Amino acid sequence: MSTPTTTTGHAAVPAWKEWILTTDHKRIGILYLVGAMAAFGIAGLMALIIRLEQMELGMQFVESGTQYNGILYFHGAVMILAFLIPGLTGFAANYFLPLMIGARDVAFPRINAFSVWLFYFAIVLALLSFVVPDGPDIMWTGYPPYSVTTSANTSMYVFTVHLLGFSSILGAVNFLVTVIYLRAPGMGWNQLNMFVWTTIAAFVLQLIFIPVLASAVTLLLFDKYLGTHFFDPTEGGDVLLYQNLFWFYSHPAVYVIFLPAVGILFDIIATMSKNRIFNYKAAVYVGIWGTVGISGIVWVHHLYVSGMPDWIRLGHMVTTLLISVPVGILTLSMWGTLYKGAITYNTAMMYAASCLYLILLGGLTGIPLALPSMTLHLSETSYVHAHFHFIMALFAAFALFGGIYYWFPKMTGRYADGPIATVSFWLNFVGVNVTFWPLFIIGKEGMPRRYWDYEMFKDVQIMGFYFEDFHKVATIGAFTIALGMLLPTINFIYAAFKGKPAPDNPWNSKSLEWTHTASPPGPGNFGDTDVVLDENWSPYEYQK
Amino acid sequence: MRNFLTAMTALSVGAMASTQAFAQEVRNPAAEWEELWNTVIIDITIIGVIMAIAAVWMLIKYRATSPDQVGTAKRLTTVQAISFALIPAAIFMADDFYLAAKGWTVWNAYRRVPENAIEIKVTAYQWYFEFEYPDGTETEELKMPIGEPVVLRMTSEDVLHNFGVPEYRVKEDVMPGRITYIWINPVEAKETIVQCAEFCGQNHSEMTTKVSAVPREEYDAWLAKIAAED
Repeated sequence: MSTPTTTTGHAAVPAWKEWILTTDHKRIGILYLVGAMAAFGIAGLMALIIRLEQMELGMQFVESGTQYNGILYFHGAVMILAFLIPGLTGFAANYFLPLMIGARDVAFPRINAFSVWLFYFAIVLALLSFVVPDGPDIMWTGYPPYSVTTSANTSMYVFTVHLLGFSSILGAVNFLVTVIYLRAPGMGWNQLNMFVWTTIAAFVLQLIFIPVLASAVTLLLFDKYLGTHFFDPTEGGDVLLYQNLFWFYSHPAVYVIFLPAVGILFDIIATMSKNRIFNYKAAVYVGIWGTVGISGIVWVHHLYVSGMPDWIRLGHMVTTLLISVPVGILTLSMWGTLYKGAITYNTAMMYAASCLYLILLGGLTGIPLALPSMTLHLSETSYVHAHFHFIMALFAAFALFGGIYYWFPKMTGRYADGPIATVSFWLNFVGVNVTFWPLFIIGKEGMPRRYWDYEMFKDVQIMGFYFEDFHKVATIGAFTIALGMLLPTINFIYAAFKGKPAPDNPWNSKSLEWTHTASPPGPGNFGDTDVVLDENWSPYEYQK
Repeated sequence: MRNFLTAMTALSVGAMASTQAFAQEVRNPAAEWEELWNTVIIDITIIGVIMAIAAVWMLIKYRATSPDQVGTAKRLTTVQAISFALIPAAIFMADDFYLAAKGWTVWNAYRRVPENAIEIKVTAYQWYFEFEYPDGTETEELKMPIGEPVVLRMTSEDVLHNFGVPEYRVKEDVMPGRITYIWINPVEAKETIVQCAEFCGQNHSEMTTKVSAVPREEYDAWLAKIAAED
């Protein structure tokens, strides 16, 4: 019996090895997706424990405050750093950005493979926090002095951030070079997909701001383990320094999540309504790049009650309110793309349509929080918690899920749509409203974030109901979402192997990843002929 | 020129006088907060409802009737494209500055402490607050005489904490190495709570104590009683 060989004569490698050692941007994208979904599943379970614990007064499910804090840490850090960012700038960007610009791969495929490895190491490190005796309990923000004085393992947090930071910086350089140099001949800047624009904007933000976060957490590491005093006021340090450095990155990080989600949304809406992007240039140059430009001068709105000087809080009130200009322009373009469209409804479009609601609700509830005088009461309440879940967590997650349904035929050659997909969409949509609306209401009356108990509010009533009643409703909502997320996961796995076969361009899109590649695309993406475009080509031109 | 200078001087003197009159009036930040909240909620509800109706209308009206149908929106001319960026931007900015001005006014109510406010020192520890009154009495709950503004000068002995009183619509971080402040105008008798609203470790959820506004006599008697006990 002869050893199986490939066409070029090398010994064939087993499938698992081929996947782990792959440098193909599509496989790397799938690896990101699998890792991100696993992280999402585990961090989602943590959310259920949090909701169960808050359902009733007193302590029922966790054994100690420290354990509860560890769960909160894991939920926040993993959802942001290991689900949303890798899901959007890892999975979606890796798989589809090269296809959209007509490139055969990214500029540095081996560096790309290294990025995904770092991401997996980081997930393992984050998971280890359940195994080590003193897992981190410092919230995803890791504020000193607590993160320095706690007996818990702050270094695991720091190294997780380092690994993911390296991964993102390498990805950022890789993708920026790819977009600048590997676009198909003839493809001008004003012919890029919205998703390509939003992704490069996100990578520009990562490249500029991650080093600041890395320096902040590294100083934390020095303070805790090497005896320095950067954040220790008794030795001349300052606790506010960390908060400023942290949010100088972490506010732009919100746009690292928000912008690619907006890009996916634009691509789904344009394809499903067979319409060109409304006011494309304004959306790109004012909307996307305006958001990038302003993102670095608004971080103090996370520190409105941190004891910063009054003048800087007022200055950041104005800059924060002005975010409404670029984001408003993006929103108008989204709405305008529907105008006089020819809308086809499927699971991807249902997720996209629900995102229009989420961006309105999440965006507008942020306006009170832009005013420091409002935030003097609302800060650290469940109002804030509900606001950022709507605009960041839910909006981005719904856009990502919409994107998975949209691109599923491209990745597998099969549809993921069907009754299960529709039912789970409605479970999710109803679930998020049932979960987070009650938190807005009790948040306005003072319900704090990050509490496992709220004994001090046991007599407070709103419209005849106690806080406990609102928490119970929220918990029911959380379990509705859990069901709505479990069903599609099973559905995705089933559909990938047994789903209804789809043609190469099932949505009749004009975008390159649909018109010029097979489903799924083979090695090198575009077969034997290179993609060459003329100046009239556009991914959104349907009227011919 | 001289006339102009005289006019400017008169104006600035007038402005200063009115600022002083302004400062003497003791404002009620909690009530102003509630008013501002209502204004902002009306503002965002109007925007939200308009946008939501537009979206739902288009999502229903522009459904495709056949699979081959394509959108019929016209390409924008340069003038239209620029107008559709500038006009909305102007509207958003107008609303932003309107809200900023409102927000700033209320901000001043929160941050300008009335001159004759009673000064109470707050020290936060894991996981309790300690109050020191002007006469040196130390307690673990906060009592204020009704109708007399109270300013709290706050610091922490260990990690970050936050002094938040939901009933009075105010909170501010408390941290080691810095002194922060809030002030409260207890206009009527009230019994409520203060909570820690900045993550501070294991018993963060239980870091709370009573806050009450009582008549002056009761306040004096209470302080005297505690001083006598020490």
